Amino acid sequence: MLNNIYNIFFIPEIFLACSSFVCLLFGLFLKKNAFRQTSNLAVFVLLLTIFLVYYDSESNFANYKSLFSHSSFINFFKILALLGSIASIIISKDYFLGIRLKNFEIPILFLFSTLGMMLMIASNNLMSMYLAIELQSLSLYVAAAIKRDSISSAESGVKYFILGALSSGILLYGFSLIYGFTGSMNFYDISFYLSKYDNLNLGLIFGLVFVMVGLAFKVSAVPFHMWTPDVYEGAPNSITGFFAIVPKIAAVALIYRFCLVPFENFYLEWSQIILFLSISSMFLGAIAAIAQSNIKRLLAYSSIGHIGYILIALVAANDDGIKAASIYMFSYMIMNVAIFAILLSLKVKNEYLINISDLKGLSKSNPIVSLSISIIMLSMAGIPPFIGFFGKFYVFIAAIEQELYVLSVLGVLASVISAFYYLRIIKIMYFDESKSEGIINFQISFQSKIILSLSLFLIICFIFYPSLLINISASLTI
Amino acid sequence: MIDWPLVSVIIFLPLIGASIILFIKEDELTSINIKWAALLTTLGTFILSLILWLQFDYSNPSYQYEEKFRWFDDFNFFYHVGVDGISLFMILLSTFLTPLCVLASWHNIKKRVKEYMLSFLFLETVMIGMFASIDILLFYIFFEAVLIPMYLIIGIWGGNRRIYASFKFFLYTLLGSVLMLIAIIVMYRNTSSMSIEFLQGNYFSYNTQLFLWLAFFASFAVKIPMWPFHTWLPDAHVEAPTAGSVILAGVLLKMGGYGFIRFSLGMLPEATEFFIPLIMTLSIVAIVYTSLVALAQTDIKKLIAYSSVAHMGIVTIGIFLVNQQGLEGAMMQMISHGLVSAALFLCVGVIYDRMHTREIKFYGGLVQRMPLYATVFMIFMLGSVGLPGTSGFIGEFLVIIGAFKFSSYVVIGAAFGIILSAVYMLYLYKRIIFGTITNNKLADILDINTREKIILIPLAISVILLGIFPNLFLDPMRLSLELIITNYEIANAK
Repeated sequence: MLNNIYNIFFIPEIFLACSSFVCLLFGLFLKKNAFRQTSNLAVFVLLLTIFLVYYDSESNFANYKSLFSHSSFINFFKILALLGSIASIIISKDYFLGIRLKNFEIPILFLFSTLGMMLMIASNNLMSMYLAIELQSLSLYVAAAIKRDSISSAESGVKYFILGALSSGILLYGFSLIYGFTGSMNFYDISFYLSKYDNLNLGLIFGLVFVMVGLAFKVSAVPFHMWTPDVYEGAPNSITGFFAIVPKIAAVALIYRFCLVPFENFYLEWSQIILFLSISSMFLGAIAAIAQSNIKRLLAYSSIGHIGYILIALVAANDDGIKAASIYMFSYMIMNVAIFAILLSLKVKNEYLINISDLKGLSKSNPIVSLSISIIMLSMAGIPPFIGFFGKFYVFIAAIEQELYVLSVLGVLASVISAFYYLRIIKIMYFDESKSEGIINFQISFQSKIILSLSLFLIICFIFYPSLLINISASLTI
Repeated sequence: MIDWPLVSVIIFLPLIGASIILFIKEDELTSINIKWAALLTTLGTFILSLILWLQFDYSNPSYQYEEKFRWFDDFNFFYHVGVDGISLFMILLSTFLTPLCVLASWHNIKKRVKEYMLSFLFLETVMIGMFASIDILLFYIFFEAVLIPMYLIIGIWGGNRRIYASFKFFLYTLLGSVLMLIAIIVMYRNTSSMSIEFLQGNYFSYNTQLFLWLAFFASFAVKIPMWPFHTWLPDAHVEAPTAGSVILAGVLLKMGGYGFIRFSLGMLPEATEFFIPLIMTLSIVAIVYTSLVALAQTDIKKLIAYSSVAHMGIVTIGIFLVNQQGLEGAMMQMISHGLVSAALFLCVGVIYDRMHTREIKFYGGLVQRMPLYATVFMIFMLGSVGLPGTSGFIGEFLVIIGAFKFSSYVVIGAAFGIILSAVYMLYLYKRIIFGTITNNKLADILDINTREKIILIPLAISVILLGIFPNLFLDPMRLSLELIITNYEIANAK
């Protein structure tokens, strides 16, 4: 128990919430450079929060009558989400200044959304889960539409809002059914109640399906992915970066916890849904990305594909699956941080890079940048010796452990298809002759450079000392 | 014996050279430094691999120079490398051909010399690493990593249709190899081991073996390549730069044969027994069909590419005969083909550098202006045909002797292919070399210069050496092959 009431501030979520308000006030009262200062403060706050999450493994107080839960899995994903948002705030700072979007609210929105994600990951109750999802999403809706004078940004915000609200509604309806049929909102109570039965009754199955649909929206799994490419495309690049990197982490953790905690005994019921989501996401992600000319849409489909692989590990539903998901999610975050750090620093004729074909000739003007992009792309395609390969490798280990042979074979086939569009980017950079050279500008701030080098280092050098991450992820319990 | 990690040094020396090259600035004047650095690195690797051969213990059938470190804490994946009689010559082949490739690209690679040499050095590391690994996951990592440099080599420095060829090469071979990944994981799940040495003891049930065999077959049949999975090869060969074709024909195709020996024969003997008729049929079709296709080619490189498919057909027959003569023949044929086809591609490169065309019609009567060239070309051409005294003869002869024990139909098919190979190679030689010069552009073509002599003469010597003293090569591999055959027979006798 707590000895001192002040200790309440050292609970990570409460600390983050209070600090976000402080940041808001700080930003309000600053006249000059409000955006830059708030961003720096936000990064600092998030760093402290990581520290608190790391040392806060024992406090039962944070469970709030088991509204929230505590486990190594939760902490791992919390730290992952925090790291992701730190990285995306740092890499996007110069971009925002570059497009003269200096609203100091942006880092604050990121902070609140990160808070929502931390609560999402930890939630152990249908109600807290819903509220956390809403906190996270509302901040993101605003972030998507933050560039008020741009039609595409507003469009993406509205699209995201409408579809997100729809999915939240479906989710809530599912919750109400589950609550109605089990009489509890708590994950453990639901699990305990259900353990008395061999099958789910019809109402609960409906509830489960509705919740799955809502969660599939949040992780953008096919066929509930339609918002992803449009939102990615319309939002400012740096917001897209945040979308690609962070919310996926929380949503994946949530879908894992929802399937494996209250419904752990009803594997057959939910695994069919996840199986379908997984296969369709992998294939649609791979095939639809081939035709894209916009790099943001391409990355959107690529993230859909990656979600498909993470869901394979969920279908496997064993300890190896959890391990695989955490390794895959880590590699996914690192690769996206790296690619967005580059994209947010590339300018073509003073405009930020959007079209893939503008990468033409990059290998001549910026050999190191194009080499980095190639490494990231090969890693995303799952070619050894980069980190992306090990993510996929662990996923397939988990699947084969569960004798999901057909799913694994489909998974590798989809990875071959997706290799095509990753290779296409390398092809454009290296193989295509460019007539006009030197129109691509690569300017990167010192801080983003550190983030970029660090993530590239992890992508390349993971193979030399894999045990560090693997031992952590092997010890995770849900 | 040697008490320092010789195999690891050989594997990673090219990578160290590459990291040095990374810091050499590239412009008109300094690109020569990059070339020299690459040449010295590859030569150093070759010399070290010769030590491997000199110190090799012929009386030991299993792995030598083993190095083993635990790599992943959570499952039995080791950095485990070593050399046995089968991999020894594959490694030597890789280290022998790479310096020649660097030399062959000395003048004709003008753009992006640095990236080119980096790709080749990286390629050498992964090739050697693949042949030396005793851990299947390590093998797989190297096996797939080969695609990255090769994709870049074809795509950046290749011919007109290079993009099509590079994508086809990458995706085709990736499709095969990802299935192997699944097979590897299944093997690990059944045995909790990833050691090639351990897995060569037949631990799988019959049905599992059949599926595993098909998965491995998918990757090796594409790689070697067998008919009908060969269509990537002519494209890749024709579009790749000369040195790329040399490595492709010389080493990368052998990865398939090596994989068949190690995995299909070694680990899945009962399934192999079941699938032997399939392999024999495909191989004979490959030999006859691709020989006929080769006969009709108008592009020299394409002709040699199709002849490679035919020669690899002999290799697959030899491997799946699973007897001493067959396997030794297959190994000899692989080594010989590695040298001969590499040399033929280099020969094509010589005239391509001068005339920038590979059309057979363009040439004719080269013997008038290039007597030396005509001589070395003849040696390699005869090596490809399999004339006694050259390396090609030993392999084909041994395979045919082995095939008599199996079925005379196979012998007829293989022999027919060998006759056809004589037809298309001699016909090619006649059209390019003999006669009088009819094309005015050839009137002042120059004979091979010193650099080209340095490249071609060692190859010619080794082709003849292999043909006259085959035991030099057969002795080290004999016991390792016997081990595989014994295991195979024990498994199938049950």
